Amino acid sequence: MASVRLEGIRKTYPNGHVAARDLNLDVADGEFMVLVGPSGCGKSTALRIIAGLESPTGGRVLIGSRDVTGLPPQERDIAMVFQSYALYPHMTVRQNLGFGLRMRGAGPEVIAERVTKAAEALVLESVLDRKPGQLSGGQRQRVALGRAMVREPQAFLFDEPLSNLDAKLRVETRAELARLHRRLAATIVYVTHDQEEALTLGGRVAVLRDGLVEQVAPPMELYRRPAMAFVGGFVGSPAMNFLPGGVIGRQDGATLGVRPHDIRLVAPGSGDMDARADVVEPRGSELLVYLRLDGSKEGEELRVVAPPEPMVSADTTVGVRFDRERLHWFDKDGRRLAD
Amino acid sequence: MPRGDPGYGVERREARLAWWMVSPALAAIVVVALFPLAWTVWESLHLHDLRMPWLGRPFIGLDNYLEAFGDPRFQAALGHTLLFAAVSVTVELALGTVLALAMNRAFTGRAVMRASVLVPWAMPTVVSGLLWKFMFDGDAGIANAALVKVGALNEPIVWFIRTDLAWVPVILADVWKTTPFVALLLLAGLQNIDRSLYEAARIDGASAWRQFRFVTLPLLRPAILVALIFRTLDAFRVFDLIYVMTGGGPGTSTEPIALYTFNSLLQYLRFGYGSALSVIVFVVTFALAMIYIRYLGSGITETRA
Amino acid sequence: MTGEVGERGRWAAIPVFGLILATAFPFYWAIASSLTPESQLFRAPRLVPRTLVLDHYRTLFVERDFWVPIRNSLVVAGTTTLFCVTVGALCAYALARLRFRGKVPLLGLILAVSMFPQISVVSPLYLLLRALHLINTYPGLILPYLTFAMPLTVWLLVGIFRQLPAELEEAAMVDGASRLRAFREVVIPLALPGLATTAILTFVYSWNEFLFALSFTLGPERQTVPVAIALLRGQYQVPWGQILAGSIVATVPVALLVLAFQRRIVQGLTAGAVKG
Repeated sequence: MASVRLEGIRKTYPNGHVAARDLNLDVADGEFMVLVGPSGCGKSTALRIIAGLESPTGGRVLIGSRDVTGLPPQERDIAMVFQSYALYPHMTVRQNLGFGLRMRGAGPEVIAERVTKAAEALVLESVLDRKPGQLSGGQRQRVALGRAMVREPQAFLFDEPLSNLDAKLRVETRAELARLHRRLAATIVYVTHDQEEALTLGGRVAVLRDGLVEQVAPPMELYRRPAMAFVGGFVGSPAMNFLPGGVIGRQDGATLGVRPHDIRLVAPGSGDMDARADVVEPRGSELLVYLRLDGSKEGEELRVVAPPEPMVSADTTVGVRFDRERLHWFDKDGRRLAD
Repeated sequence: MPRGDPGYGVERREARLAWWMVSPALAAIVVVALFPLAWTVWESLHLHDLRMPWLGRPFIGLDNYLEAFGDPRFQAALGHTLLFAAVSVTVELALGTVLALAMNRAFTGRAVMRASVLVPWAMPTVVSGLLWKFMFDGDAGIANAALVKVGALNEPIVWFIRTDLAWVPVILADVWKTTPFVALLLLAGLQNIDRSLYEAARIDGASAWRQFRFVTLPLLRPAILVALIFRTLDAFRVFDLIYVMTGGGPGTSTEPIALYTFNSLLQYLRFGYGSALSVIVFVVTFALAMIYIRYLGSGITETRA
Repeated sequence: MTGEVGERGRWAAIPVFGLILATAFPFYWAIASSLTPESQLFRAPRLVPRTLVLDHYRTLFVERDFWVPIRNSLVVAGTTTLFCVTVGALCAYALARLRFRGKVPLLGLILAVSMFPQISVVSPLYLLLRALHLINTYPGLILPYLTFAMPLTVWLLVGIFRQLPAELEEAAMVDGASRLRAFREVVIPLALPGLATTAILTFVYSWNEFLFALSFTLGPERQTVPVAIALLRGQYQVPWGQILAGSIVATVPVALLVLAFQRRIVQGLTAGAVKG
């Protein structure tokens, strides 16, 4: 395994579209790094640049200590799992698994041994002689994984591999991936648009927007101390609320960020302000309450997660109190202000 | 900030590989198409009569073209070509549309339908021409026999002797061979039209005719234009059919420009003049294609509903 | 895709039935006539012939050596197809997948060449072939055939390659294959049906070609089937029996080929056309 480094990566397409502005990323050897962000943020481009499927307009890519920027994908010794798995439809599972080794000139015994090992690890022995078209979605996913594992590459790249799976399979495969990471001590760069997936899987998570890395940190730090308002609003569900600082008396133009879990509903008049409940969603263990701030329909919306009791009805006025320990302050550019 | 100059290496290498892969085909095209075309243009500016080699091959500028424009046989040939193109393309498009609409609705005998479309298309043009020549033969032809039997004729006609009637079997042969293909193109276009548009129109109270006029026709426009391009270009280049059915006759009354060019070149051996005719054929064909493509281009962007 | 049963559906059957009838009749008539004895050919025709003979076919093959043009057509069409599909596949792949400047002009050039009227290149090709002593030879036909066969194959194959998911080639490259290796191991196997269709279409066009074959061959030794049939001359009258027999023989192989692959061929022919 090796480290992966992006230095000053820029990518502008001939049609003028800028996919990456100045990407810097440092993935340590054996680290599970997740790239997350809204569509168009450049995360897939970054991954493809690491893989060598796209070449950057500027900047460098280093794998281990090797500058691979000028190398085609086949010389980079990385493995990639595509969103659609990209299994070779005309080859059997066995041939799919062994393809990479065959391309690199490995002998048939080595190929057979590694293929068998991977098949065992991924419970694919029974389908080794079938073609991808005859497999279930979960099996195909595992073959894609196996194909990468057999290569024993310096790093693994994952491009939204779970988006094609149903919810249950997604959760199972997430656990599978975490186990894989532990067992192989693999360097993994993982791209997803799902922030929940990012937080669960990542050792560190890089949040991207518009071709830039906004913040790189372990999941909890992203959640608790977002460096940018954008990160705060992107990470965590339901999303962080943003209010003008004036609502609790701060006059310097700063923006207040407060998470739905960090707001309490109290009797009207006894909190920081009053609000009118607009929509109430009971979720079993909690209530998700959408509130309108100054009572009218056009006011600011506030999302609050409240305990299931006492029940809140729509169109009632309640008081809200913000947990002073859990406030986030941002300046006019969205940058975090010192606490 | 370090520049990723070596990053371009991958793209440069890809471009080089691309040129290697492209060059054999490109070389073939240059040798057998571009080079000869350039030669033809060059030849057309010279006097080059192989029957009179002592005249050499002097440069005469545009004289060949001037001769062509004043040549009554050339003008006639142009007229024949236009007539043939106009009639056959119109008939093929109209019949093809009706056929396509019908094929769209019918859902039995798909395979037989496809076979009926493909076999006329697949046969050599000269064969289809000969088939129809036989059917319209003065003595052995079944067309005469049928028409006489039905009472439309009193006695058999010799179709290919009559300057006015010789076109009939020719156009019939062309229509027979290519209408199914046109229908196929249009059918593909029809199948691309979303069913829900018809349903919406029906709910809005549109009759079958109005549905056709306001839903089918506009959305079929790209396919119609493609069919028009192909068929018109082919009609302008017509050679095989006429050569084998009438040889341009009677006399030269069915001679299209491709055949006149052919005769000038390989029969009269007037290479300079024939080349000029070739260039004219090329320019006309190309101009048509350009007009259509421009029209087709705008047509497609318009119908992106 | 379902049509509508009932009134509409029944109305639609008429043109379709008409199409099938109109297509089949000349065929039937040609076959029937080719089996009609010479003596009855020029008399009043009967819808269903009373006697059937194989005389015309026999004359065609025994006296006229019709095997020769058939052989010639097979060689020329076959070689043209093989060459064009191989060379064209390489060119088409580069056009479909690789990034390089000049791609658009090249595509435009190929499209333009496909619109050349054949007549416009006959004379220089004639002079060129004569200079190379290739008149009345196999290469002397295959070379000119590239004029239309090359653009055709490239055009069709570009469309076919574009339809394959690019991710498969990317996966192969990440797995360690070079572009060319990925082309060989992944793209070609998957594109095989499309390659076959392209080959068939190219073969059909080459088999049916007339003008070049007429212009660049001198005698029966190298004439192709369409030319041989068109030039069949009789001593006293037009040898319709043999002409029709030859026509049937000329059409049956391509018809069978085309029918065997009809669905794919229809797809291939209309895909590029409709998508524009």
